[in-house]
Amino acid sequence: MGIQTPNGFNLDNSGKRIVVDPVTRIEGHMRVEVNVDADNVIRNAVSTGTMWRGIEVILKNRDPRDAWAFTERICGVCTGTHALTSVRAVENALGITIPENANSIRNLMQLALQVHDHIVHFYHLHALDWVDVVSALSADPRATSTLAQSISNWPLSSPGYFKDLQTRLKKFVESGQLGPFKNGYWGSKAYKLPPEANLIAVAHYLEALDFQKDIVKIHTIFGGKNPHPNWLVGGVPCPINVDGTGAVGAINMERLNLISSIIDRLIEFNEMVYLPDVAAIGSFYKDWLYGGGLSGKSVLSYGDVPEHANDYSAKSLKLPRGAIINGNLSEVFPVDHANPDEIQEFVVHSWYKYPDETKGLHPWDGVTEPNYVLGANAKGTKTAIEQLDEAGKYSWIKAPRWRGHAMEVGPLARWIVGYAQNKAEFKDPVDKFLKDLNLPTSALFSTLGRTAARALESVWAGRQMRYFQDKLVANIKAGDSSTANVDKWKPGSWPKEAKGVGFTEAPRGALAHWIKIKDTKIDNYQCVVPTTWNGSPRDPKGNIGAFEASLMNTPMVNPEQPLEILRTIHSFDPCLACSTHVMSPDGQELAKVKVR
Amino acid sequence: MGTATETFYSVIRRQGITRRSFHKFCSLTATSLGLGPLAASRIANALETKPRVPVIWMHGLECTCCSESFIRSAHPLVKDAVLSMISLDYDDTIMAAAGHQAEAILDETRAKHKGQYILAVEGNPPLNEGGMFCIDGGKPFVEKLKLMAEDAMAIIAWGACASWGCVQAAKPNPTQATPIDKVITNKPIIKVPGCPPIAEVMTGVVTFITTFGKLPELDRQGRPKMFYSQRIHDKCYRRPHFDAGQFVEEWDDEAARKGYCLYKMGCKGPTTYNACSTVRWNGGVSFPIQSGHGCIGCSEDGFWDKGSFYDRLTTIKQFGIEKNADQIGMAAAGAVGAAVAAHAAVTAVKRLASKREDVDHNS
Repeated sequence: MGIQTPNGFNLDNSGKRIVVDPVTRIEGHMRVEVNVDADNVIRNAVSTGTMWRGIEVILKNRDPRDAWAFTERICGVCTGTHALTSVRAVENALGITIPENANSIRNLMQLALQVHDHIVHFYHLHALDWVDVVSALSADPRATSTLAQSISNWPLSSPGYFKDLQTRLKKFVESGQLGPFKNGYWGSKAYKLPPEANLIAVAHYLEALDFQKDIVKIHTIFGGKNPHPNWLVGGVPCPINVDGTGAVGAINMERLNLISSIIDRLIEFNEMVYLPDVAAIGSFYKDWLYGGGLSGKSVLSYGDVPEHANDYSAKSLKLPRGAIINGNLSEVFPVDHANPDEIQEFVVHSWYKYPDETKGLHPWDGVTEPNYVLGANAKGTKTAIEQLDEAGKYSWIKAPRWRGHAMEVGPLARWIVGYAQNKAEFKDPVDKFLKDLNLPTSALFSTLGRTAARALESVWAGRQMRYFQDKLVANIKAGDSSTANVDKWKPGSWPKEAKGVGFTEAPRGALAHWIKIKDTKIDNYQCVVPTTWNGSPRDPKGNIGAFEASLMNTPMVNPEQPLEILRTIHSFDPCLACSTHVMSPDGQELAKVKVR
Repeated sequence: MGTATETFYSVIRRQGITRRSFHKFCSLTATSLGLGPLAASRIANALETKPRVPVIWMHGLECTCCSESFIRSAHPLVKDAVLSMISLDYDDTIMAAAGHQAEAILDETRAKHKGQYILAVEGNPPLNEGGMFCIDGGKPFVEKLKLMAEDAMAIIAWGACASWGCVQAAKPNPTQATPIDKVITNKPIIKVPGCPPIAEVMTGVVTFITTFGKLPELDRQGRPKMFYSQRIHDKCYRRPHFDAGQFVEEWDDEAARKGYCLYKMGCKGPTTYNACSTVRWNGGVSFPIQSGHGCIGCSEDGFWDKGSFYDRLTTIKQFGIEKNADQIGMAAAGAVGAAVAAHAAVTAVKRLASKREDVDHNS
């Protein structure tokens, strides 16, 4: 017995309930509950965002030129992408154009984030779902070296290198202080890598940890720091002065050389370490193609990385734009952020109140009034939840829908849209990856596919960085050093009322901010972010969200050890601090509850 | 601590680090903390006799920028910090375990390392809605925080969130997000503010505790003096342009390209206490002012509610003298003599400490 959802899943909550809270190795706070049947297969899934900060309430009546700094603090992992979305929204509202150099620099910063975020996600948030650290202790260093050299020409691959690493790891484990590896699921049958592959992965976990800090130096050069570099409405704050008086304090030859060397190194790391690792790990998990969820049905991408400054049309965007529904890859729909019928948010299962909860609201008209109540069949109390009731309200995340459809967003969604549009730069790498593993195209719609798309995208982004660095230098060479347009910097030059939208493709997927400006202040601000799409609860029609859908029908080796749940949820790279930002348009004071 | 626990020194020796590089590390640590050569031998001695300290790193309402900053540390590398200097037993952002297996670590730590672990807090607890704007393990985060604080040896408040409240506590603070020293009142708390703090400042504070076995000296607001006792402005490499009355007047103007002072663009360096202009960011690559944007004051209490980031600091009463800097700036454009006069006038500013309560809240 079960409930059939409109988006094609059969939910049965009669089996044993498993609760995972906190879900770790993510940004922010989340909880997952599933029901497993007698064979330990997941037959019902409930995902819950467990935090709310109310940034948009705070933005009301602020200076729109400051909004980037506030929204940037929505997330420190995908740092900068909210800031970029915000300055685009303000520029869109006020009709501000930016110089070509600013477009190249913003693209370099956004792409550096993609590469950084994807590498850190794979090695430090996701790898332990595939890699058994303890098993690496029994690897033969010589065989490890042979395996490593068979998958890549990366120079750190000698038997001695792996032996030293293994010795360090062994002594770390023997010390009894396992640190972040404490209480892991080591030895579980859900792990499928041989010890040698595990040892390679541990080596690259540590190498990636050393390397990631260098990638973000691109943010530091242009934005002064990372996390949370500085941005500017109308361009970028860093001036260019290649050889004049005072060039030493601006973007000069030394800075350009530093950027260039980082790009070279990250291209090398992507292509010699990251992608080969994902392919190698994938080759041992070819039989574990669960987790597809909505990816084979409904995906959404806004597109990003404009070739030309101020042109955000699908044609100018290097990351593809479009929506696919009902698994029909032969038709990619256009997406319009301003159309009130396209993107709407629902709250019937979210801890908010609408006057009519059967209807969704477009972000420009969004309402948010917290309403923390548990469903009738929840177990525990309001401040000690044992089990949620998904028939009632159960998440701090709203449920956004595109023309009524629950959508998956993220690297896999982008690559599916690009694939469906027959763009060679997306289609060819996907086909090659699958062919090398001897997998059919359908294998793309899986947890592994999501993880592979992210690696392919990191490779793509690295090469795009080279392109935009060259473009920046060529433009400077042609005599254009401009980085900011200050024509409309002063609020006196703005119209009395204005509204706009800014969008990007954050590492985790489609991101947009909607702004209304009145009398030079923010009147209304709303963000619909990737994890709001992916982590959304059910909607009034009963459609489940992307996280929930992805867990369905996955067998668990041992329900007491939620490895499979973590593996699939992590493949989305959830960002919960992002997902739970909603606003109160009238900025009313929210109910205060006494401290206990 | 327990006899079974190894010392930092024996751990790194076993991991193949030579005595020579161990001492090199000690002197680098001493240097990075601004201490003299004598301190290096004291650090070495401490590390030879002390075990890896358990660290419990909890997350409330936050954006994880502090964790991200921590892993950017260039010296020590975070790899070495986590494998050899501390025992990071709980950190929801990177730990392998989840759910029950994660929660079990907290119970075990309280039982086994009572009074011997460092509690590092990123983010803060919201108190509205019974604390359920931040749920952890089905319960309000604030409960878990208080529980773990009870048995901690020392508590570190990472970043602006834990120290002051930061962005979610900006007006009207809809969740009643609350800095941790307002809910943990019986323990010393080291505030390491910034949004986020500088990576090497974070690892510097942790290694100070593990090497000296004591808390760093704090200022009246609870911040380590070694990193937070001077203003960005005091050590800014663009300070000579301020003193000479050479200012950026518009984004990307000639003055911006020459690297003049950003004071007129709203730079908050003159009222911000942090190490950005000395330690700098991401291995010393740059810091906000060097990259052309003014300081937004992200290590200061309530920096979100002090007007626009582009408002000039003329609203600060005690800073009135810099109204002259505006005028002088214009006059100085062509006259060296005026610039000298400006220098004489403006250096007087050095003697004026800026007081938070005198800030005109015009937001």
